[in-house]
Amino acid sequence: MLEIENLSVSIEGKTLLKDISLHIEEGETRMLFGENGSGKTSLLMAIMGLGKYRVDSGRILFKGEDITRLTTDERAKRGIGIMFQRPPTIRGLKVEDMLELIKAQGLDPEELAAELNFTEFLHRDLNLGFSGGEIKRAELLQLLAQDPDLVLLDEPESGVDLVNISVIGNAIRRLLQKDVHRNRRKAGLIITHSGYILDYVEADKGCVLVNETIWCTGNPHEILNGIREHGYEGCLTCQR
Amino acid sequence: MSEITKKAQAARDKPAKFGPDIKLDEYTLEAPEYQEKKLEDIDVVDRERLLNAGVDISGKERSGSFIQVDRTVIHAAPTQEGIEVTSTREALEKYDWLEEYLWQLVQVDADKYTASAELNFQDGYFVRAMPGASTVFPVQACLYLKSEDISQNVHNIIIAEEGSELHIITGCATDSPESRGLHVGISEFYVKKNAKITFSMIHNWAENVAVRPRSAIRIEEGGVFLNNYICLHPVESLQLYPSAFLVGEGATARFNSVLMAPEGSHMDVGSRAVLSAPETRCEIIARAITTGGEVINRGLLVGEVPGVKAHLECRGMILKGGGRIYAIPELDGQVEGVDMSHEAAVGKIAQEEVEYLMARGLTEDEAVATIVRGFMHVDIEGLPPVLKEQIDHAIELSEKSLF
Repeated sequence: MLEIENLSVSIEGKTLLKDISLHIEEGETRMLFGENGSGKTSLLMAIMGLGKYRVDSGRILFKGEDITRLTTDERAKRGIGIMFQRPPTIRGLKVEDMLELIKAQGLDPEELAAELNFTEFLHRDLNLGFSGGEIKRAELLQLLAQDPDLVLLDEPESGVDLVNISVIGNAIRRLLQKDVHRNRRKAGLIITHSGYILDYVEADKGCVLVNETIWCTGNPHEILNGIREHGYEGCLTCQR
Repeated sequence: MSEITKKAQAARDKPAKFGPDIKLDEYTLEAPEYQEKKLEDIDVVDRERLLNAGVDISGKERSGSFIQVDRTVIHAAPTQEGIEVTSTREALEKYDWLEEYLWQLVQVDADKYTASAELNFQDGYFVRAMPGASTVFPVQACLYLKSEDISQNVHNIIIAEEGSELHIITGCATDSPESRGLHVGISEFYVKKNAKITFSMIHNWAENVAVRPRSAIRIEEGGVFLNNYICLHPVESLQLYPSAFLVGEGATARFNSVLMAPEGSHMDVGSRAVLSAPETRCEIIARAITTGGEVINRGLLVGEVPGVKAHLECRGMILKGGGRIYAIPELDGQVEGVDMSHEAAVGKIAQEEVEYLMARGLTEDEAVATIVRGFMHVDIEGLPPVLKEQIDHAIELSEKSLF
């Protein structure tokens, strides 16, 4: 579904990602580990084609099509959805109006909001005065309404309290069609710092981003345990 | 000659404190007389232009209508018991006591425009809710400029008697976008004890029209005054700065204004409130967008007694080069124990917001339009859905000039 080939990305001349190659299959959930500032968010932003991020070399293929030069909205229309970690406030745009603008055919935003315990926020301005956990739910609600084929999630568990973590986990499971066991189509690339989300969402593979590039790929639990035991420095000594 | 007339004559050349000076002798007071008509027979106005100013000539879902073309009142009638809608001239003939409400809140010698409204009085509307009465639908009032170079001078009196509730939509429009003229309108509002007035004014003027409304509001104990002002169409020069006097304990005033200034428009718009009784409250919220025009956004809160609370907010967005937004928020706390604040922000559309919406699948143009629409959507209480649609429509039309 997603094929990234030798991708290098910079902002205003500063290199953020070097020679990244990544392959995510249809139906696959991939965890992306990495320490703060390693470029995890930059990778998601580059896949989404957000303005400041410049692709210096390499290319991004989605469903076989080269999307490296497409605009952000064109990528979204082809089926890529992203959860922002710190989304901006859009004053005067109510959550319900946003959902009407972006919802895929046949989806009922009110039903989706109820699943996320978010009904009371439908009349609120998007992200205005939302707490950390409320921002996560608002982001996931929009993604559920969009119903993308590939979801990019940036630390979905950070800032979420214990009561809401299972609500968030369920929403992600639904986004990734975790109840479909054969011919699952939806794929996901999930950034996690703590690995906590793994308790709620099963992942097929994990990979680590260190020093601006993907260092290793493998079983997500094993990678997480390795990081817990040896830190990210341990990844550097590990065979790629 | 009455004292008021003497004062008006003394001020006939007095420039206003704010706004470019308008030469009154460039306009004419002469205009044809139009016949008084039933609503359904009115044919001298452009219905579409009025609809864009919130006035529905069908009278559907209205508790009364008033329509003045140039200097002639062609229709004035309520459709609900307990609500009076008539011309100011007729009301003055009917009620002796009404003289005491005239020029009580607005000073006749404030400037040459107030003086002109007295010396060249051409009627206006009188709307009153009897004690305890409440409008089921809004009353609509329309001031319409039809003749070329006309100077329209009106004086309106609005009274909500004790415990009543009155909702008024005033739509002002010209006959065509090319019309030239001057509108001077005095409006004095009286909100009696525990009464409420919701006043929505929508302007649909033209590029060559100068507008000088002069309004003031007196709010007694427990009274509420909600003011919505919307101007999304070009106007040569607009200057207004209504004053609310909160004189009764627990009185409340709220002003919302939404402005869009295209190239060539000059708007000097603000609201001020004097809180002179305990527990009074006031909120002033302004949204201004320029696509090339100049907006001066004023706001003044005066706290005269302890225990008052008031907030002033002005946000401006500059969407095109050549435009200017100048925000002047002022607070005047005169005693200990007042709680007053303001915030003002002027800027361009945040790229981060545009990209956020694009990441959800909106094109860049759609994203900008959505942000602009959201920015202009202050929550306007009591606005009928049909009017909200018209505002949306006006915003849509304005958006076309952006791309």
